[in-house]
Amino acid sequence: MSLASALKTRDVTELPGKRDEDWRWTDLRGLIRVLPEPSPRFTGDVPAGLFDRLAADHHVLVNGGDARIEVAAGRKSLAALRLVSRGAGAHANRVTITLAAGARLRLLETYESDAGSVSQTTLSITLAEGAALERIVVAQDHEDAITVSQAEVQLAPGADFGQTIAASGARRQRLETRVAHPGGRASLRLDGIYLLADKRHSDQTTVVTHDGLDGTTIQLTKGVVRDQARGVFQGRIIVSEGADRTDARMGHHALILSDRAEVDAKPELEIYADDVSCAHGNTVGALDEDALFYARQRGIPETEARAMLTEAFIGQVVDRIWFEEARNVVRGWATRALGV
Amino acid sequence: MLSVSNLRATVGETEILKGLTLDVPAGEVHAIMGPNGAGKSTLSYVLTGRQGYEVTSGTVTLEGEDLLALEANERAARGVFLSFQYPLEIPGVPALTFIRTAMNAQRKARGEAEITAPQFLKLAKAKAAELKIDFEMLKRALNVGFSGGEKKRMEIFQMAMLSPRFLILDETDSGLDIDALRIVADGVNALRAPDRAMLVITHYQRLLDYIKPDRVHVLSGGRIVASGGPELALELEREGYDKYARAA
Repeated sequence: MSLASALKTRDVTELPGKRDEDWRWTDLRGLIRVLPEPSPRFTGDVPAGLFDRLAADHHVLVNGGDARIEVAAGRKSLAALRLVSRGAGAHANRVTITLAAGARLRLLETYESDAGSVSQTTLSITLAEGAALERIVVAQDHEDAITVSQAEVQLAPGADFGQTIAASGARRQRLETRVAHPGGRASLRLDGIYLLADKRHSDQTTVVTHDGLDGTTIQLTKGVVRDQARGVFQGRIIVSEGADRTDARMGHHALILSDRAEVDAKPELEIYADDVSCAHGNTVGALDEDALFYARQRGIPETEARAMLTEAFIGQVVDRIWFEEARNVVRGWATRALGV
Repeated sequence: MLSVSNLRATVGETEILKGLTLDVPAGEVHAIMGPNGAGKSTLSYVLTGRQGYEVTSGTVTLEGEDLLALEANERAARGVFLSFQYPLEIPGVPALTFIRTAMNAQRKARGEAEITAPQFLKLAKAKAAELKIDFEMLKRALNVGFSGGEKKRMEIFQMAMLSPRFLILDETDSGLDIDALRIVADGVNALRAPDRAMLVITHYQRLLDYIKPDRVHVLSGGRIVASGGPELALELEREGYDKYARAA
């Protein structure tokens, strides 16, 4: 069951839905009765991208296509990858990213739609020994769009993978990352931000499988939902038998700013090894009224105090982005998305 | 300066302040002492406009202006400052950023120009040195991971920076060792001025050895049941609150 196969066969019964455990909060089967026509080839201009100024190497896919990003052994690269949807058709993207031993890549990835498109992006990301990749994703979709992005990441020992996904939601938006973690001092950071208003939905799903000794994973996702928006976080960390000395930490924290907004969270640790250090924390609640009063007692008006505390809440994830210029872009994006 | 007349206030369904009357003239330091549950913290929250503390009757004015008609932040801009018994942690907001935001919000509310970054830093460095606060600490998220004593010192630092007219110190001595207490008291005493007044809320007399009050009031059962000079604090220390608890 996947959107990718449904787009190929045009058979809606192949769509994932609430009967699939991993898709119960992102029910595409129940939502899409008929798939839109395939998106036509787009020949016009696309507007400037969020990260255009920062990247040296640009990959722009409009209404579907393939992209390949390869970084040779010991080389460094900075690439922008734009997955652009124009109009309300259906299409799929396939992206292959390969880092040879010791290669380094900063990947600045954006999802951009302007109407009720249905799009699937499948990414295959491979890091060889000692390679390092920081993937920064900003999903800025149209409110009517349905966007699914699924990344399969294969790490080698000694590799370093850091990811931050920042999403403002769509009609349905699923941003999924699956990581095969070999241990061997490879380190993984999987972070996320979702800032949702109106009736938008965003789903950040991660699955990390630790298969070897001495692997680390740190994860921090934070969300702010208002109006009738719905945020979904599903994080699963599996520590296989024998993957001893794994150190894994997962945190998910959400602020719900209206009575009708919703957050569904499912943090899961499945541990089959003995000698591991794993922890997870999950909180969902309103803005801290005590902190709000404290700020107001110092003279900060309520609206400003709420904005300051909300921005600071999200800022703790933004601060973890390694690439400073991109961190500033994401901070600016978050400020706009929060409407402060 | 501060005038409270026949103030009644409830929290939820429970009436906590039951006709409290108090005058604190400019230039004076008044202490409010009382047993646990007397309404001391409620008084500080009612004066500062915290939500959930409902005034049912009575008046509160600051130099003639009706405080109860103002929002919490407007009262702060008029110069009302509360040093919290339990200062809040504000993750993600550096102490300096927080204080500068507060200072500029107050200035804006008063129709004054914003403080420039160099002016602000100069002031912050001077005040931090006076209060023996490591300047690096001010770059960290406000109160996050600070000890109880550091949080209290940070309250006094904010007070010194914001230079309020009417200061409320709610159990400022709790959590302080003797050295920290001296530093905090010196900081507070440095703010004594003819155009400023202070209300020092405390359960124990100890703090009043360092911050000498002009008047001492006993709060019990939601009302001021006795008032006197500094000697009243010593009497309370000796004899306890029992007779006032009965009087209430």
